[in-house]
Amino acid sequence: MKKIRNFCIIAHIDHGKSTLADRMIEMTGLLSSREMQSQILDNMDIERERGITIKSQAVRLSYKAKDGNEYMFNLIDTPGHVDFNYEVSRSLAACDGAILVVDAAQGIEAQTLANVYLALDHDLEILPVINKIDLPSADPQRVIDEIEDVIGLPAQDAPRISAKTGLNVEEVLEAIVERLPAPKGDPKAPLKALIFDSLYDQYKGAIAFFRIMEGTIRQGMKIKMMASGAEYEVVETGYFGAGRFIPCEELSAGMVGYVTASIKTVRDTRVGDTITEAERPCDKALPGYKKVLPMVYCGLYPADGAKYPDLRDALEKLQLNDAALQYEPETSVALGFGFRCGFLGLLHLEIVQERLEREYDMDLVTTAPSVIYHVHKTNGEMIELTNPTNLPDPSEIDFIEEPFVSAEIMVTTEFIGPIMQLCTERRGIYLGMEYIEETRALLKYELPLNEIIYDFFDALKSRSRGYASFDYELKGYVKSEMVKLDILVNREEVDALSFIVHEATAYERGRKMCEKLKEEIPRHLFEIPIQAAIGSKIIARETVKAVRKDVLAKCYGGDISRKRKLLEKQKEGKKRMRQIGSVEIPQKAFMSVLKLDET
Amino acid sequence: MQKKDLSIYIHIPFCIKKCDYCDFLSAASSPEERAYYTRVLQKEIRAFEPLSYIYKVKSIFFGGGTPSVLEIPHFNRITQQLFDSFDISDDAEITVECNPGTLNEEKLKAYRSAGVNRLSLGLQSADENELRLLGRIHSFEEFRSNFALARRLGFDNINVDLMSGIPTQTMDSWKETLKKTVELAPDHISAYSLIIEENTPFYERYLGAKGRSALPDEELDRKMYHYTHSYLSENGYERYEISNYSKPGRQCRHNTVYWTMKSYLGLGLGASSYLDRKRFSNPRSFDGYRDFVKDAYRSFKTCEPQSLKETMEEFMFLGLRMDRGVFTGEFERTFGKSFDELYGGVTKRLEDTGFITRKEGVIKLTSKGIDVSNRVLANYLLP
Repeated sequence: MKKIRNFCIIAHIDHGKSTLADRMIEMTGLLSSREMQSQILDNMDIERERGITIKSQAVRLSYKAKDGNEYMFNLIDTPGHVDFNYEVSRSLAACDGAILVVDAAQGIEAQTLANVYLALDHDLEILPVINKIDLPSADPQRVIDEIEDVIGLPAQDAPRISAKTGLNVEEVLEAIVERLPAPKGDPKAPLKALIFDSLYDQYKGAIAFFRIMEGTIRQGMKIKMMASGAEYEVVETGYFGAGRFIPCEELSAGMVGYVTASIKTVRDTRVGDTITEAERPCDKALPGYKKVLPMVYCGLYPADGAKYPDLRDALEKLQLNDAALQYEPETSVALGFGFRCGFLGLLHLEIVQERLEREYDMDLVTTAPSVIYHVHKTNGEMIELTNPTNLPDPSEIDFIEEPFVSAEIMVTTEFIGPIMQLCTERRGIYLGMEYIEETRALLKYELPLNEIIYDFFDALKSRSRGYASFDYELKGYVKSEMVKLDILVNREEVDALSFIVHEATAYERGRKMCEKLKEEIPRHLFEIPIQAAIGSKIIARETVKAVRKDVLAKCYGGDISRKRKLLEKQKEGKKRMRQIGSVEIPQKAFMSVLKLDET
Repeated sequence: MQKKDLSIYIHIPFCIKKCDYCDFLSAASSPEERAYYTRVLQKEIRAFEPLSYIYKVKSIFFGGGTPSVLEIPHFNRITQQLFDSFDISDDAEITVECNPGTLNEEKLKAYRSAGVNRLSLGLQSADENELRLLGRIHSFEEFRSNFALARRLGFDNINVDLMSGIPTQTMDSWKETLKKTVELAPDHISAYSLIIEENTPFYERYLGAKGRSALPDEELDRKMYHYTHSYLSENGYERYEISNYSKPGRQCRHNTVYWTMKSYLGLGLGASSYLDRKRFSNPRSFDGYRDFVKDAYRSFKTCEPQSLKETMEEFMFLGLRMDRGVFTGEFERTFGKSFDELYGGVTKRLEDTGFITRKEGVIKLTSKGIDVSNRVLANYLLP
């Protein structure tokens, strides 16, 4: 056990976490670089394309250290996006140490801090690593000082590396051996293993990823999930190769691995649950995790109404691997049958949407995302509102509360002005500012979640030329003057376009929404008024003018094929439209509210 | 056995110079190319000889390009071949499309003696500036003298092609073009509004943000269209198809065939045919066409007829271009299907919104429907 190291790599997005993991895999000889598809730990297509990690991944490496001994490394890769903080937190619980990767040019960012705090919460030993020293703008000494000043971690002897070129990565491997602790635990004690992730496999059923704290797990053993009480017989246990599972006879205290036991769904391998031996259970379960709660909701509808059952099946399957995804059926006058789905954040939403479209070949109409509002009715009842359409009549509403987050924004001083202005526009409450160093500051704000789920990241990036970084956590609910903005297209209310907005910004948003829809809705054979309304009061209006001319050109020499093509193109265009009354609205228009800040 | 009616289209892909808006299959050519093309075309005509046992030819149309670019001997060889290979009705309508500036007394006389009884003259505009913008090779004066010459030589059925929606065109200049045309009293007038096609110099020139402003806007374009209709009506021309007007009894028989889905055989480079419910087109490259001609008849025989669905759709979207409209009774007799079952709903909706009328089994586009006929007709494509 002295030769085991369980650790993860934490970093702000783009600081080179996955690249370092890849390099370590390559250098420990698990795979040659030729065999490696770039960044093998990110094995979903979407992860690779977007260059982000969504699901935690684990891999076992074998390293022969300078002291002549062979060490077993269990590397657990963690997601880098704030939406997936819960995943980070679960992975950390399986580790004893963490490598903190900091970009030598950019220094500490908002998520660096957030991740470090998470790691410290889990009592992990932290090993700082300065990456990207090959960049011309790299300034490793400045970043080292920053780590010492801001985080309070000794960092003078932090390895200075380039994960991309492999420079000094050897030093990191040695430091893992020397400076990260070996796991503790008694292999002979009753089994106590923490499930930190799970995955659904068509053939094997649910696969639980675990870290053994005490005892040993072996093939054929009867195990018990302590929270659910369910018992299973271990079919297979093993550890993680690069991108594949490697079965073995048994795993013991301190090790990381997986288990399959003919478990039907991932719900039965609840992340955070403790696995123990049925015959010889441990005294008490490990603390586990908080249940993750969706923060953002939106409606997902099949573009073709007949595909509703397919969408249901697809969501069911996705949920097998994504415990954070929630959904329940709903109907919309405009869009028919669909689902109200809950997500951790906008990125999570986008990823689920993309996976549904790619992996399940669904053509989707997505409605504007909404947060959960607490609507207090005059009769004392409180509704958790996830769909703006269900807002009760104003006469029944006593008051509405909206969720607020505590946000930390790291920004270079030259952009403090624009970023503060952005936060003010988004109804932010300024809490304070700390200087990290002369040129960088950490801004603290309370912000309504509603204002950041749409395009806050983009706005932040564009107003700071990419220099600002951002992290937040839910703070609680605050009473707010919220109103429902309805959109009328050709005088008919389109329920799927309604959204809830703060009273102060309602006019502005209503106006922009009408302008946006005017661009999105194609001209029809008649004039189409687009109106924004609060209750019965119209607050904005635009008009899509009628088509005045659309005539076929000369049909020369009886060649009608072009004519047919033209007509068919028109008909084809209609397929991507939703018929609302007599108006055809393109599917993407339902997401218009997301783009109101584009100019 | 009584023979069925057939129309023949002959494509002559030659021009003196291609106009800047034109995307038809045409190009400038050398005398050798024209001679060679004539030989290949003759071969194709011969290939279809077997049709003469079943069909009687009611109309022939020489289109292009500019058929009048073809030298007289070549033209005569083609017509001679047609008369040798097909059974041509004595009263067949035989049209040659001509470009003012390519006509002379000798050519017109030759056409007369070859049996040509209808001319179609491409004037487009009476405004010199507009003619230049279009890249036309002639002036209005040249047109007028060609027209007079044709009349003098006995052509009593002449069409004039006009074009609205030309860059820089104004309502006044269009009125002037119509007035000057009507003064010559042609028997038939085609008035199309310019559509800017891809891969033409016009596309580059006028579909950019800057160029677009030179084009009459949609409102003006429609005003021109409606003015055309009323002005020509006042002067004794009736509209029988969206863009075609004629003196009584002078409707173009050949064009009507296209809209009413009668049989036609297209011969020549890239020409299209509709025969035995088969739609087919010749290759558009000369080499492809030359190789194809050997097997032209066989490839027609082995070509798949179009589906019932396509036939019904075309019956509707082509038929509705005619002012007389579509007869639901004819639809049901032809296809053995209930009109209302297939098109009742869509027809009702378009009727309610004022784009078509339906009276006593006749369905027609309204004036409002004509303006946006693309949109209206697309509704008649079946799922």
